[in-house]
Amino acid sequence: MSPVDALIRRHRLRAIELLPWIIAVGGYFAFADYLPLGSQILIMILFALSLDLVLGYAGIVTLGHSAFFGVGAYAAGIYAARVSGEPLSGLLVGAVAAGAVGWGSGMVILRTQGLALLMLTLAVTALLAEAANKASFVTGGADGLQGVDISPIFGVFRFDLFGRTAYVYCLVVLFLAWLFARHLVHSSFGQSLIGIRENLVRMHAIGSPVRRRLLAVYTIAAALAGVAGALLAQTTQFVGLTVLGFQRSGEIVIMLVFGGVGRLYGAFVGATLYMIAQDQLAKMDPEFWYFWIGLLLVLLVMFARGGILGLLDRVVRR
Amino acid sequence: MEALTSILFHGLAYAMVLYIVSVGLAVTMGLMGFVNLAHGVFAMAGGYVTVTLMNGYGVPFGLALLAAFIITALISVVLERTLYARLYGASELDQVLFTIGLIFMSVAAVRYLWGPLPQPVHLPAMLSGQVDLGFRSFPTYRSFMILVGFVLIALLWLLVERTNFGAQLRAAVDNRRMAESIGIDTRRLFSCAFALGSGLAALGGGLGADILAIYPGYASEYLVYFLMVVAIGGLGSLRGPFVAALLLGIGDTACKYLVPQLGAFFVFAAMIALLLWRPAGVFGRA
Repeated sequence: MSPVDALIRRHRLRAIELLPWIIAVGGYFAFADYLPLGSQILIMILFALSLDLVLGYAGIVTLGHSAFFGVGAYAAGIYAARVSGEPLSGLLVGAVAAGAVGWGSGMVILRTQGLALLMLTLAVTALLAEAANKASFVTGGADGLQGVDISPIFGVFRFDLFGRTAYVYCLVVLFLAWLFARHLVHSSFGQSLIGIRENLVRMHAIGSPVRRRLLAVYTIAAALAGVAGALLAQTTQFVGLTVLGFQRSGEIVIMLVFGGVGRLYGAFVGATLYMIAQDQLAKMDPEFWYFWIGLLLVLLVMFARGGILGLLDRVVRR
Repeated sequence: MEALTSILFHGLAYAMVLYIVSVGLAVTMGLMGFVNLAHGVFAMAGGYVTVTLMNGYGVPFGLALLAAFIITALISVVLERTLYARLYGASELDQVLFTIGLIFMSVAAVRYLWGPLPQPVHLPAMLSGQVDLGFRSFPTYRSFMILVGFVLIALLWLLVERTNFGAQLRAAVDNRRMAESIGIDTRRLFSCAFALGSGLAALGGGLGADILAIYPGYASEYLVYFLMVVAIGGLGSLRGPFVAALLLGIGDTACKYLVPQLGAFFVFAAMIALLLWRPAGVFGRA
């Protein structure tokens, strides 16, 4: 089979790729009492998916991805509180704001590599968190942003108390984002990102515009993370400082890694299992939840690189 | 003038703590290229050992610090041999994940054992109060911190520049393969350096318990500061992180004193600017 055939085959939709959507739609009917959690899961999947583009495909190790989630959440929240409660334009505002921050910061920090880059991603997030904390006259500071009122989608579908509208809304947005991301990673642009991840020097040598590609994917991923943040702000009608914290950046990396990095579906598996486990375990013992997560992470690095999907891969191949 | 000396004095004390905690990180990162985000865990461990020994068992401050140094160094060398050593040469992501795992575990364990509140520090009578230096008086504890800082720096300098161990260490940082081929056991060397660095971090954690409060969030909350010292100072040297710690300590103190409404904003912005100017650290070798 030639590489071109392989590429075409990979791009063609396989039946198993519909499984997450069947589960997600089935979940709407099967777990009607858990729809708010379901929306949270869908949002985290979208967030992890955006991280996968940066970390999994372009190979940029970042501890500051929550910066874009936070900017999206604050932008959409402030837009709803001050300008208009219309949700779709709110999503756009979140995406544009986060994309702009991603583009601006990416332009600056993607010149570096390794430790310096890792530090800079952390510093950008710390900077934004400090800004959100101090600018309490717009963000509400440590008390969080109040007065986020969202009007019905298309003026028809109101956000109800049981989270039905919110769930469907998140699901549709996630589906569109997934279509986009899937198209992106299978395109020649996506292939060049993998090339950069695998061998930077060679990509330079064959004339690939490496920095422009990295900046492009960083901006796109930032905008997607911004959409995820905006969804959180709209569905919970609240934005707190934690959307920007180191904790959230760490958690999203963990979710993605548990699922599997650079596979597009690692985000689905990892975020779902993480959120459900957190919901169940944190009820019993919220303090010690992080101990088990930490332990699992250490074990994962030692014995199961590639995450759950990586393990499945190995089992299937055997 | 009054404000300036205050800023310089408190900034210097803060810088000493930052330096003592971070210097080990600079050496281990420079030596093995290991992204050890869990370095703050050792400082936190040192802080908890110190405070517990003092408050619970009435151990004198100096002795408690020594115990913190030894206990943490021992723990760290066990961790290094059993876990860290398996990840040398692994990808950056793996190292980051592993050390984040350690942070999460230690934070949860500490919260379970000591509770979520910051630990109170009861200083010995000798260190509370003020000391008069002629033109004005300074808090004794901070003066003591600066003094200990300078003594430690002198000792560290002697160790690295004037002993056989130090010469081996410098050789290994400069060129590890060459050092190995002339018969230096870099694995053992690294274990020693790791233990020493973690012990110093513990000492810094205990000594600075009044500046960087000992609470479960320690290892993640102050991580940015420790990493900043290393990133700005450059890897593998003693002098670079010291200058970086001075800049950070005095700069942060000045910002919080002069423009409290902006908080740490300036510090992070300055750091981004510095790292863009010199990605390998202001004093690092590119």
